[in-house]
Amino acid sequence: MNNVLPAVLCVLLGIACACGLESSQVSVSKTDRIEVQYWEKWTGEEMEAMKRIVDKFNASQSEIHVKYLSVSGIADKTLLATSGGTPPDIAGLWGDQVVQFVDLNALTDLSDLAKDAGVVEENYIPAYWSICSAYGRLYALPTSPGSGALYVNRQLVPPQYASPETFPKTISEFNKFAEQTDRRDPSGKLLVASFMPRDGWGLWNMPYVFGDGFLQDGQINVNGKDDLEAWTWVKSFTDRYGVTETKSFRSGFGNYSSPQNPFLSGKLATYADGPWFSNYIRMFKPSMDWFAVPFPYPDNHPELAGFSTMNLNTLVIPKGAKHAREAFRFLAFVQEQKNMEQLCMDQQCNSPLSNSSQKFLTSHPNKAIALFDKLAKSSRAVPPVPLGIRAQIGSEVGNAVDQMELGELTPQAALDQAQSRLVAMWAKYQQQVLGK
Amino acid sequence: MRSNRQNVIGLLFASPWILGMGIFLFYPVISSLYFSFTSYSILKPPVWIGLSNYQELMHDEIFLKALSNTLIICAASVPLTTALAICLALLLNTKRKGISLYRTLFYIPSLVPTVALAVLWLWIFNGQYGLLNEGLSKFGIKAVPWLTDPSWAKATLIMISMWGCGNAMVIYLAGLQDVPQSLYEAGELDGASAWQKTKSITLPMISPVIQFNVIMGIIGSLQTFALPFVMFPGGQPARSTYVVAMYLYDNAFLYQRMGYASAMGWVLFLATMILSLVSLRLGDRHVHYGGGA
Repeated sequence: MNNVLPAVLCVLLGIACACGLESSQVSVSKTDRIEVQYWEKWTGEEMEAMKRIVDKFNASQSEIHVKYLSVSGIADKTLLATSGGTPPDIAGLWGDQVVQFVDLNALTDLSDLAKDAGVVEENYIPAYWSICSAYGRLYALPTSPGSGALYVNRQLVPPQYASPETFPKTISEFNKFAEQTDRRDPSGKLLVASFMPRDGWGLWNMPYVFGDGFLQDGQINVNGKDDLEAWTWVKSFTDRYGVTETKSFRSGFGNYSSPQNPFLSGKLATYADGPWFSNYIRMFKPSMDWFAVPFPYPDNHPELAGFSTMNLNTLVIPKGAKHAREAFRFLAFVQEQKNMEQLCMDQQCNSPLSNSSQKFLTSHPNKAIALFDKLAKSSRAVPPVPLGIRAQIGSEVGNAVDQMELGELTPQAALDQAQSRLVAMWAKYQQQVLGK
Repeated sequence: MRSNRQNVIGLLFASPWILGMGIFLFYPVISSLYFSFTSYSILKPPVWIGLSNYQELMHDEIFLKALSNTLIICAASVPLTTALAICLALLLNTKRKGISLYRTLFYIPSLVPTVALAVLWLWIFNGQYGLLNEGLSKFGIKAVPWLTDPSWAKATLIMISMWGCGNAMVIYLAGLQDVPQSLYEAGELDGASAWQKTKSITLPMISPVIQFNVIMGIIGSLQTFALPFVMFPGGQPARSTYVVAMYLYDNAFLYQRMGYASAMGWVLFLATMILSLVSLRLGDRHVHYGGGA
């Protein structure tokens, strides 16, 4: 029995040593280079594309080794790791999360590092640079971006609309097109729908099609004239098909990245999405004859033409990262035109840079890349709402659209309700997070 | 002296567990209680705001909607799951050839991970291609919008929650096997029918097990998260499937309102405790302890 106490102590000491050894091994690079930990959300082809850039960087110099780690739930984990004092050196966040992370004091200010490295605003498409910035400072740098356009399945639309030149340009022309494109069986069951605004990418920015969208004079405004007009138009599709029929039809839609995607399975004639969607067409429906066009604009408002939803994948350096300078060298490497274009081409995206090479535009796997590039540069390109409560805006507006489509509330009442909740949420956020 | 030394040795052996419980259970529980009185956005120090979070909860329409959804799901799923589990246990308590195989087969579904289960059910309840609507159409019943209609979506969630009754069933089965055979023999001598034996012998004799399972069921259903989270993102349609655990998660990790989420967690804990105590109180009148005074 006398030996038990030392034995127990030895076991506990052994466990503690093993844990210590394990943690110290993590920071020692096998190659004697400084190891930069890079957490990224991508898997599959997108991960492979970025890994090629990482390998290229690692081979280009002998001081830094970037270690790519694919991480699910990237935002939560980065935030918690930052809070615990052990953040990665680089994290790949979505652009619409940047402002919230800045508000939470979770990101390193990259303004001076970028200036020293010659990474300047002029090199980028303005909407993408604005996604990386908050309160006049730079907190992120772009990787692969997206702009939204309307994909059209030529085989499902009437011949008079079956080319980019003859496709409807205005909302009223689009409404006519929709009526002529919908197909039903003799019992009235919907077989092909011209367009379902709730499916695809960009629904939440629909008010921007009709005007200023969610923000007016810097204040949240989800129940303005343009919002009402937008959601009434969205609702008109449910009204035309019928609530029950719409529900039944939509419930047959499969996953986004699968052959059961409603556009790929031939249930929808048009589909709003980003440039990467051509990859899914190639994978799941290579025989589809398609083209892409800009979203229609309201009649008598040609100044509102060129609307495009925007988002961006970004690289950030969390606050407290151990190797911030080394991490930035990798960020700057990714920004070089040849590396950026390689990444964007491999991920089938447009480029966030203001100038794209001819080779990029001509050899890109998405045949409509010039359109996506043009839309990204449009003055009507809409980046995510630059507020830390963007998730709440999405949730409240989504609920309002649900309620108006189900007939629980009128569009105005549903939007008024969302507005009053969001104003309260924004006030609380300003008070509790921004300390105002 | 020797006793003290033995105590120390015992504590040292138990120390990994004590440390684990302390660090991973007691510390977070106490912390969350403290955070519930603060405004806390994870990376900034918590700021004491007293009862503000609790006051806000009482007026938060979304929280009240989520709470009512949670209570409706609990009120419907617990009795249904209990009834189904008892029925299955009674069936599997008979002496038949291959009964062990049946017991295994009925228990296996409760081992399926929730996320895999959710994906599977999404296909079964699919409005156009789902197995269920396909079956109903054979009887001339029109396709039901299981996942897209607010009232059906909640009912769907309740039906799916019954899938996990295997655990309760096994416990009922153990309880049934503890019922003395002599009671049934006495009942038979008195000419009791099968239903009378079930009502007057079986159910009272397994009532402590029923009470235990009901309380566990209440706790489990109030904490429902993974199934609606995967099947009905954002509590769609129109927040009809938005439960408290989802709202808590959104506040903690999406809106970064950890203090508010902590307060919500404590309100949920209180609701669970109250319902459990009510069940225990009711149990005092209806639960029969065979060996009790």
